[in-house]
Amino acid sequence: MRLQLSESDALGKGTVELRPSSSRISRFLSRRRFLAMGATLGALALPQAESEVPRELGTPLRAYGDPSPFEKIARYFKPGQYPASGGTATPLQDLYGIITPSALHFVFMRAGVPVIAPADHRLLIHGLVGQSLVFTMDDLKRMPFVSRVHFIECAGNSGAEHIGKPRDNPTRSHGLASCTEWTGVLLSTLLTEVGLKSEARWVLAEGADACRMARSLPIEKAMDDIIVAYGQNGEALRPEQGYPLRLVVPGWEGNTNVKWLRRLHVLDRPAMTREEAASYTDLLPDGKARQFTFVMEAKSVVTRPAGGHRLASPGFYEITGLAWSGRGRINQVEVSTDGGHAWRMAELQEPIHTKAFVRFRMPWTWDGSETTIASRCQDETGYWQPTREEIVAARGMQATDHYNGIKWWRIHANGELTHA
Amino acid sequence: MPRNFLLVFAGCAVLALSLSGQEKHFRVGRAPSAEELRHWGITVLPDGAGLPQGSGTAIRGERVYRDQCAGCHGDNGEGHQPLGPRLKGGIGSLRSADPIQTIGSFWPYATTVWDYIYRAMPYTQPGTLSANDTYAVTAYLLYLNGIILRNEVMNRETLPKVKMPNREGFVPDPRPDVTAPVRH
Repeated sequence: MRLQLSESDALGKGTVELRPSSSRISRFLSRRRFLAMGATLGALALPQAESEVPRELGTPLRAYGDPSPFEKIARYFKPGQYPASGGTATPLQDLYGIITPSALHFVFMRAGVPVIAPADHRLLIHGLVGQSLVFTMDDLKRMPFVSRVHFIECAGNSGAEHIGKPRDNPTRSHGLASCTEWTGVLLSTLLTEVGLKSEARWVLAEGADACRMARSLPIEKAMDDIIVAYGQNGEALRPEQGYPLRLVVPGWEGNTNVKWLRRLHVLDRPAMTREEAASYTDLLPDGKARQFTFVMEAKSVVTRPAGGHRLASPGFYEITGLAWSGRGRINQVEVSTDGGHAWRMAELQEPIHTKAFVRFRMPWTWDGSETTIASRCQDETGYWQPTREEIVAARGMQATDHYNGIKWWRIHANGELTHA
Repeated sequence: MPRNFLLVFAGCAVLALSLSGQEKHFRVGRAPSAEELRHWGITVLPDGAGLPQGSGTAIRGERVYRDQCAGCHGDNGEGHQPLGPRLKGGIGSLRSADPIQTIGSFWPYATTVWDYIYRAMPYTQPGTLSANDTYAVTAYLLYLNGIILRNEVMNRETLPKVKMPNREGFVPDPRPDVTAPVRH
């Protein structure tokens, strides 16, 4: 299977053609033709293999590598309504495996990216603690650390699907989710260092961005698996991802993963900041709104072949995609290639991390007829990814955050894929 | 013999305690000064804890609003799409097919309004409003929504006592709320 990418495809538009494994055959044929021609001419030409060897030196090395100039992969970028705001979405259909390269991690920005010299950065932990403490970046790097693979997903990812304006490719429909190996100190380690008082129930986390974004998190979660992270995929955090320090709150809505972390205030109740008291609440048909809707529930999407791809001809294509759950590990993924009449179990690529992307795949041969394909997943709690209809029945049409419905792609007879 | 055994046992216990002590406390980091604690950041709670000294009314707040806010949010808080969201109205609309979520119709606490303005507004110059101006412009927005009177003084005592119309409008997260049919 070969991917051809044009400039516009890198922006999540245009069509990428997928071909059954034919390139090797065509090369074989052209070589036979070449050899036949060579025989006719009395074997004057060099053998094919030798003619492919470069005749000049390659390019010099670089201290910090970039992708091949032939690769045009990029995030979908949508400038915001205000200066220094906007969003970028991860091009899920162009990625392999489960790790999102740091430069392709989604970003939802509200007040620009602050420029912070790590030597000047401090983290204060105070409030209902035995001893308030100030940590430098060097302090934090002396402490015991963990490296863990976790997804981060914006609460509003796929909200357009809920509204009924489904997007035509995985970047636009599901690209506000990314998966990274994060390195840092467990928050529980730091809270043990300062010593929690018995009244401690919540931790307010505050960023050093212009809007000083702040969220309250329950102490149970803080003592469980939250990471005060400085590392992203083996190197320092990228500036857009909170350099030099951020929270990683495994499985919970992206907004709680406070970036450019400068302060942790231990409290006996939530602070009720704008982002938790008014935004990031889910309004229901009866006029009530759900508050502290933290968990991102089990979700999956087929990323190849998917909307924006075109199957060049009938033949073999491996179906692949991603599944994740904020409640733990993915148990199983099923794929339908006939509009939901039959579901077959997909193979999961190991290792399977908790609260992380898992890559699934299923062999499939397209017979050339129109059909629809989708995936659905189950996590370790037994929860199955629901349909859009089930979500709308439970929540109505206003609460479009935390949408995790099954996503269908239609394969047209000409091989083109769109939203179904 | 039993005595030796006890000594060895006691020694092991002391070693284990000191090892576990080492794992829990690293003596990394330093204590902040009282000055640092005062200026590092502000946390405002719904009961008013954390609110600073200062006060303001809608009368003064209207002037602050015209200077600092109207450019994005409109002359009277009606909003200026797409630049600044609407800040008034919509009370009673949350159950309708077209709910209007504003400070007045949706936000449960007046302290949240104060905290957000002080923290993040004006959008391009956050953190530049004084505590007095923040009390004043908060009072003006509450007045625009018909929640307080034009001459009511907002300060650290009065602001937390303001009852927002949607104070009781929130419920805990019941998810998983979609119990999908058995798949097999």
